[in-house]
Amino acid sequence: MTQESGLDRVWVFTQMLRIREFEERVKRTFEEHPGVIRGHTHLADGAEASIVGSLAAIGEGDQVMATYRCHGYPIALGTPTTAIMAEIYGKKTGLCGGFGGSMHLVDVERGFLGTSGIVAQGIPHATGAAWAAQIRKQDQVVLCFFGDGASKQGAFHESLNIASVWKLPIVYVMENNGYNVHTRSAQEDANAAAGEPLAIKAKAYAMPGVTVDGGDPVAVHEVVSAAVARARGGDGPTLVESNVYRLSAHGNIIAPPGVPLHFPEHEAIEKFGAPEEYEAALRGDPVPRFRARLVEDGTLDAEHADRIADEVRAEMQAAVDFGIESDFPAPEEATNFVYA
Amino acid sequence: MARELPYIVAINEAIHLEMERDDSVLFFGQNMATTENEPFVDAFGRDRVRVTPISETAEIGIAVGAALAGYRPVVELYMAEFMLVAMDQVVNEAPRFRYMSGGRVKVPLVLKAGYGFTAGWAGQHTGSIYGMFMGVPGLKVAVPATAADAKGLMATAIRDDNPVVYFHHYLLTLEHGEVPEGEHVVPFGEAAIRRSGGDVTVVAIGAMVGKALAAAETLAAEGIEVEVIDPRTLAPLDMPRILESVEKTGRLVLVDQATRHASASAVIAGEVADTAFGALKAPVKQVTALDATIAYSAPLEAALLPDEEKIAGAVREVVGSPTVAA
Repeated sequence: MTQESGLDRVWVFTQMLRIREFEERVKRTFEEHPGVIRGHTHLADGAEASIVGSLAAIGEGDQVMATYRCHGYPIALGTPTTAIMAEIYGKKTGLCGGFGGSMHLVDVERGFLGTSGIVAQGIPHATGAAWAAQIRKQDQVVLCFFGDGASKQGAFHESLNIASVWKLPIVYVMENNGYNVHTRSAQEDANAAAGEPLAIKAKAYAMPGVTVDGGDPVAVHEVVSAAVARARGGDGPTLVESNVYRLSAHGNIIAPPGVPLHFPEHEAIEKFGAPEEYEAALRGDPVPRFRARLVEDGTLDAEHADRIADEVRAEMQAAVDFGIESDFPAPEEATNFVYA
Repeated sequence: MARELPYIVAINEAIHLEMERDDSVLFFGQNMATTENEPFVDAFGRDRVRVTPISETAEIGIAVGAALAGYRPVVELYMAEFMLVAMDQVVNEAPRFRYMSGGRVKVPLVLKAGYGFTAGWAGQHTGSIYGMFMGVPGLKVAVPATAADAKGLMATAIRDDNPVVYFHHYLLTLEHGEVPEGEHVVPFGEAAIRRSGGDVTVVAIGAMVGKALAAAETLAAEGIEVEVIDPRTLAPLDMPRILESVEKTGRLVLVDQATRHASASAVIAGEVADTAFGALKAPVKQVTALDATIAYSAPLEAALLPDEEKIAGAVREVVGSPTVAA
């Protein structure tokens, strides 16, 4: 409970709103500015509570690695949203100069070490960063975010095993959204098929495995804080299974140039004809849910909450405008960063 | 009878026909067959059509095992790069077993891998990585450039008794072309001459064939007749047909979306220099991707890739070049 009492809930709510509004604006860009976003973009809407609750559990000097669904983490870590949006728009003012795009955000100064676009391949990277932290002995901890699909990769199992043997200061946060694109967990995961939580995988690697409601930032914060304390104390890794529901489809449609890109309906609707599943998830949407809770317990009055929402909307409008107005990088820069 | 079909439909038609023809053909991979009302599940049932987790090492390793046990698996990999997660199975297992067994076993499988998605897919999903597979003995590599070949080469890949990496180009996915109905088989190792011409031989790979043909059209208006050759498979590689053309034209331009030092282009250039140097009237020119990771931003991406203008420029250069001393 000491962890929870140290949690700035208004900050948490604000970051959740910022991530939601940012992702909404990314999604709207496909309609408002066709062609500006290319390739494949993955949104964090639905996972805000999990992301912010987790990040609230770490501090200065700690580090984070994540996946191609990576917009939410740097937003909460303080990366300017103008730079993130400009990157997604391929502009030279982008966080990575337009070289990486939506799937490969990096902000080392804020502890965000990099993102792999290949499922699970960031897990060993984060494990390596935790080894570096162990060697440096500055009490740093690494948070490693990935999806449930990644837990079917060798990279996941190999990394957890090593981290446990070496007692590395790392917390593995699995955001379980129940789907690998349009494959449901029970179709691909032995534990899910047997009705077990995915956190049970931790048992194979002799580390704690905890399942938490990823729609509740306070609960996530509590669980991740305990895991961070354990990691910092030299007792090794924890696997946290944070159950979330992705409120958008896996990504925008996959299409060659010339076909306008857009976000289709969520796979529950599009693929499985189960709109009731999606509607239930919407009713449990973590962002309005947390707002209602804060207003109810008196942490925030409705007016203050609205003011925050207005500020967030203005911030993201500015991010879109900045991204649209920025210039593209010059073609001759294309071979700039092949080698260090 | 032929009808117009998109490239991707032609690929699926070939898999469907081969599964009808041969009960030992299996089809599986990630994010396919997740519901009961999918055509392949409908037609062939769950024994032969399955969804897998995101587990490439197991997926491809399972294909090797099923092939050793008498089946003909086709693995849906979506992105060619996903093979890299399972490089041991692709490079050091599947193609080695026949040789190491002294010919006692065979490993007939197809790895269906999309590549070249240079439409903003950035650094890890856009590679044209056939170069790292075409040099692996025991592995065959197909690179269809047309809808008809997409069908015919897939049929051959499935019937082949060796592991085949079947690279389909993402930018061609919706390109329509005439595709024969019913059985349509395109043999491996037979290049196609897409356009005849006597001045310059252009060998182009995959989606570069279309760009080379467009450049040839422009150049014809300038009085330069280009012969465009599509190798269709890189292993085996139809060097005789390429050499025959080079003997005729004396000039060679190679067009390849792969990074230059890992391209099919570099291999073909080496072969031509080795066996047909005397026929060359000008240096061989390679129009390839620059040796860099593919960037996300459109102008950076374009700067790295071959295009019609770069191809035409290279052709003009070899035509205008001084004759190489014999």
